[in-house]
Amino acid sequence: MSNPAKTAVVRQPDPAVTAAGKRMTSLKSNLIGYAFISPWLIGFLVFIIGPMIASAYLSLTHYDMLTAAKWAGFGNYAKLFGEDDRFYTALKVTFIFAVISVPLKLAFALIIATMFNGKHRGIGIYRTVYYIPSIVGGSVAIAVMWKQLFGDEGAVNGILQLFGVQGTNWVTNPDTALSTLILLVIWQFGSPMLIFLAGLKQIPGEIYEAAIVDGANRFQKYARITLPLLTPVIFFNLVMQMIDAFMAFTQSFLVTAGGPLDRTLFYAVYLYQTAFGHFEMGYASAMAWVLLFIVAAVTLLFFRSASTWVHYESEGGR
Amino acid sequence: MFHAFTILVGVLMIYPILWTFASSLKPESEIFRNAENLIPSSYHWENYVNGWRGFGTTGFNIFFRNSFFLTILVVAGTIFSSALVSFGFARRKFWLHGFLFGCMMITLMLPAQVTLIPQYILYQQLGWVNTYLPLIVPAFIGGNPFFIFLMVQFIRGLPRELDESAVIDGCSAFGVFLKIILPLCLPALVTVAIFTFYWTWNDFLGPLVYLNNPDMQTVSLALRLFSDPSSVTQWGQMFAMSTLSLLPMLLVFLFFQRYLVEGIATTGIKG
Repeated sequence: MSNPAKTAVVRQPDPAVTAAGKRMTSLKSNLIGYAFISPWLIGFLVFIIGPMIASAYLSLTHYDMLTAAKWAGFGNYAKLFGEDDRFYTALKVTFIFAVISVPLKLAFALIIATMFNGKHRGIGIYRTVYYIPSIVGGSVAIAVMWKQLFGDEGAVNGILQLFGVQGTNWVTNPDTALSTLILLVIWQFGSPMLIFLAGLKQIPGEIYEAAIVDGANRFQKYARITLPLLTPVIFFNLVMQMIDAFMAFTQSFLVTAGGPLDRTLFYAVYLYQTAFGHFEMGYASAMAWVLLFIVAAVTLLFFRSASTWVHYESEGGR
Repeated sequence: MFHAFTILVGVLMIYPILWTFASSLKPESEIFRNAENLIPSSYHWENYVNGWRGFGTTGFNIFFRNSFFLTILVVAGTIFSSALVSFGFARRKFWLHGFLFGCMMITLMLPAQVTLIPQYILYQQLGWVNTYLPLIVPAFIGGNPFFIFLMVQFIRGLPRELDESAVIDGCSAFGVFLKIILPLCLPALVTVAIFTFYWTWNDFLGPLVYLNNPDMQTVSLALRLFSDPSSVTQWGQMFAMSTLSLLPMLLVFLFFQRYLVEGIATTGIKG
């Protein structure tokens, strides 16, 4: 493809190129660069930066979309933190959901990925079967199905009855409703599993050989070599799943509708109700900013803690 | 041991999906009696025929058409914008390159709720509510930062000598993009297309907020109408249409499994 003669000609410094000419080419090169990224840049300004500024302003007003926005100062925030019990309920529910579902999901993903890392027959089929729930899991079809599966006369109670256990309506029982949603999320452990699997495959075999020579048993190998080398992947999964958990909406909205007794009132569901049920856009914007700060704080905390437990050694990890 | 355990867990994993399918064929009286049974006593394919009729005057042919229309346009828009933008970030130098790339990475972690309300107000003022524009236009301008990142990583892995020799042969920057990089990006583009397909097909919040007209609604929204307390629920039909809504996703998965697994493994994208 490349023509050596031509290359030589082009690469020779051209004395005619003046400083002004160079500036022109650099301007042109810049413009070309910006032309390529312009779809994102326009979208970023119009759909992210603009709305964020608007949202910050709205959070300081009362706005119902029918009459003009009324300035409220920090009134929305004061009401949120001072008087709104459902806000605290939503925070609590979302935290419990995140703190229980994310570690369990990742633990499952890691255990299964470790099992699948060995050489067994039919691994490809198992991997496919385990991954399918992750693909369809976010759909409305699965949400409405889950509601029936765990309903009064659903399949779960049917199976329990075979063992002589009398079930309940898991979705409308205040004590179990959140657990069914957590289960729905854990069921979708397929994608972190694939990420772990990719991470495991990157660990070079020689490291284990050295450990075997030193007389390490299987457990020691896993705890001392595999896990530390996998921490960058664990960290990545943890951060992404945490952010997802804080923004979870569809599961609660469709399966339990935030009920019973607000026991599954996810933050995003409460925010949706406030914005599109009651059209309190100012108040909902304040809620959105609180969510942003919480997600930012949690993410920052994770990144701060990373230096103490995430093991960056090879180029392979992230 | 290994096989006993994996098969047991595998059955648990796949059971809810099989149950949906089984329930779609059961007679109404049987769905919630011996519900755990996966084999119907008789096969009621008419659940599919009756469910297909939909609600009022709007059948599932309309809902599926809407979903496909929306999904195809969003996929096209996402491919268009993420290909252009990722080439810009991966191969071009320009002012504020690092800063802008950082901005893009931060938006990966931005909760959608923060921009949802002002975006809704913006579209309301533009008269876009109750059209597909709020769901399609952002795909063309902006795309998804996740995919831009995925493609930047991919393009960085391609040898730069290819670009250089094309430039020497008289290719413009756009020519390099179109003739050299784009064809090589095909595997990454397929991954982007598949994930966009899934996310758009499954999207619920977007259509819920922006599409109110019954004959504009997507399959996701329509399925929810089955469990609407105000209508008499036909469970068999609900499960039949649920099964149909899962079918495109499962088919895409079967045909493009390799791209999916690679996409997840190399970028950590969520499925």
